[in-house]
Amino acid sequence: MTEAKKKKEKIPRQAMPEQDPEIRRSNFEEVPLGYTAETAMLEAKRCIQCKKPTCMNGCPVDVDIPGFIKLVAEGEYLEAARKIKETNSLPAVCGRVCPQESQCEATCVLGKKGDPVAIGRLERFVADYERKSGQILLPDVSPSTGKRVAVVGSGPAGLTVAGDLIKLGHAVTIFEGLHESGGVLVYGIPEFRLPKLIVAAEVGYLMKLGVTVVTDAVIGRVKTIDDLFAEGFDAIFLGVGAGAPVFMNIPGENLNGIYSANEYLTRSNLMKAYRFPEYDTPIAQGKNVGVIGGGNVTMDSARTALRLGADNVYVIYRRTEVEMPARVEEVHHAREEGVQFILLTNPVEYLGDENGRVKGVKCIRMELGEPDESGRRRPIPIKGSEFVIDVDMVVVAIGTNANPVIPNTTPGLKTNKWGYIVADEETGKTSRDGVYAGGDIVTGSATVILAAGAGKKAAKAIDEYLKSK
Amino acid sequence: MRTGEYKLNLIREKTFLSHAVVKMVIDAPNVARKRKAGQFIVLMTDEKGERIPLTIVDSDKENGTITIIFQIVGKTTTCLSEMKEGESLYSVLGPLGQPTDIEQFGTVVCIGGGVGIGVVYPITKALKEAGNRVISIIGARTKDILILEDEMAQISDELLIATDDGSYGFHGFVSDVLQKLIDMGEKIDRVVAIGPVPMMRVVCDVTKQYNVKTIVSLNPIMVDATGMCGACRVSVGGCTKFACVDGPEFDGHEVDFDLLTSRLRMYYTQEKEAMENFRCECHD
Repeated sequence: MTEAKKKKEKIPRQAMPEQDPEIRRSNFEEVPLGYTAETAMLEAKRCIQCKKPTCMNGCPVDVDIPGFIKLVAEGEYLEAARKIKETNSLPAVCGRVCPQESQCEATCVLGKKGDPVAIGRLERFVADYERKSGQILLPDVSPSTGKRVAVVGSGPAGLTVAGDLIKLGHAVTIFEGLHESGGVLVYGIPEFRLPKLIVAAEVGYLMKLGVTVVTDAVIGRVKTIDDLFAEGFDAIFLGVGAGAPVFMNIPGENLNGIYSANEYLTRSNLMKAYRFPEYDTPIAQGKNVGVIGGGNVTMDSARTALRLGADNVYVIYRRTEVEMPARVEEVHHAREEGVQFILLTNPVEYLGDENGRVKGVKCIRMELGEPDESGRRRPIPIKGSEFVIDVDMVVVAIGTNANPVIPNTTPGLKTNKWGYIVADEETGKTSRDGVYAGGDIVTGSATVILAAGAGKKAAKAIDEYLKSK
Repeated sequence: MRTGEYKLNLIREKTFLSHAVVKMVIDAPNVARKRKAGQFIVLMTDEKGERIPLTIVDSDKENGTITIIFQIVGKTTTCLSEMKEGESLYSVLGPLGQPTDIEQFGTVVCIGGGVGIGVVYPITKALKEAGNRVISIIGARTKDILILEDEMAQISDELLIATDDGSYGFHGFVSDVLQKLIDMGEKIDRVVAIGPVPMMRVVCDVTKQYNVKTIVSLNPIMVDATGMCGACRVSVGGCTKFACVDGPEFDGHEVDFDLLTSRLRMYYTQEKEAMENFRCECHD
């Protein structure tokens, strides 16, 4: 081991300053406060600049991780931001919501013996630094190819495709169904995890590059895929997400006060119901809230309920914490804020009062059996173990399904038995010529960065397709 | 659709049909082009507004306009009614929902109650154009708030009117008029009934006895109205359906009206609060 390397390892991984749990549980401001330039530089100096960087293997959008970190270590923060943007159009978003612990940081060499470099925190730092500096340099855009691409959906997959293709000289129009662009980044992820200002800035950046964004345009209803081709688009990317909520179909599930996570979060995030009555959309303010599920959306819903004034928020999950799909950091943040976990427990029925409002959830205790097809141990109900938890609001956060509106209105577009669009894993190519797809509408619910990764691959394939035409 | 570049959703015409019911003609060429009877839009008056669903009453493909009719009931509809011709709505999305099942059924009775007459109007028109014999029954609490009488008369083979207080037409409910028609031996192949929930329920109670298929259009609370949130879930034949994508029209004999009524009251307190705050703002 060289002297230099030994010296570098002495700097400990820099902690992320955060809002105190007691304070933040009653506001919607961002929880992690971000590195200062000094901490960022210190953290960046921990990177040993591997010749064959393994961290990059863990990045779905091929960010030159050692490259940008070296620039941070040298204090060239704007350059660092530009380095990331060469391959990733959404660094401020990814720096916040990527599960780095299972991607780049999981494969960082330093992680073998100690703590990996805080790649995500550095990415967030440089993206924020650039945005705050106002010195957002636009990259070189290739000369116009005269080809037009329609991107359906403005979530992470769509934004990535749009960013990559506009740089290659194609004209790009994004069609968004809601009145605001960003997809799950605006309706799903709460303000305290991803400020909407940041999403707006990332969309704004794409618009500066020349991307056209059309909102209030549910493709399949307002226009079909065939209408878009008829209008002269040469290729279409479908990144519409897995937008349909899943319920458990148990008795009482339609009582007032029981929300799908999609509805609860859309009201709070997109419609800003947490600022009612300044904003018109109302939201129930439960005192005792049950949130069903164990994923990131469950944590987002639970933490939103706390911030809206709940006394008790219970995450009710049928397996144990080990099997929870949520990021460790999210579970940790939720617990710090006072979210209570009722594990190995599954709802079987909701109980209502005389006004049709939920007043309790009858649950059954579970035990873990043999592993199922997901590799996780299968939860099995314990007979006779039913009990009631008093709740006056419930959020069902057990996943989403494919929204059928595009497959139903697009002849020849193949879907699988769950309704997801069948697309080539490497190119996003679907069964329709010139139609590509990626993100949750292909894979089912996954992460922002996997959707962005799929967008990247599809953009490359679309570019090749357009050039061959 | 809204983009940064050009202005859409412009209010072309605004007319008060009664003191609390407003008709608006709005520029929405993309909606007008695709829209079919029975479909609806979701609109927002301004950036901080709520998304509310409203049936498309009529459309004009050439001029690129759609017509909506709404009753002033809460903050959003009050704000909307105060917008002027030449102003633009913040957002208009549509057409949404499944179009009405239009076929030649034979004799169809189209029933509209209150502002529901606006909703039943395009369906009546489409059914008439499809060659049905159309008997329409429209009703309101009192004569002054009865809307679209002339328009309904034009597209119906027969138009019957009822008012709760007897100030015009038959003294009683639209369901009573329907019952009379049946008693008189009218052979009815289908009924379409749209209006307040109690009205639709009572009509269904009547037609159930004679096994006449009855279509109702449901108006639960919606947020995105594209099948994403499930706010609008209703129970039909014991199954949960999303009114925004599976409906808004369903077989009335299968609908759980109690659940619909209860879910419509979910935000009663907040709606009152919003309205009171709004009145205060107006008087400041």
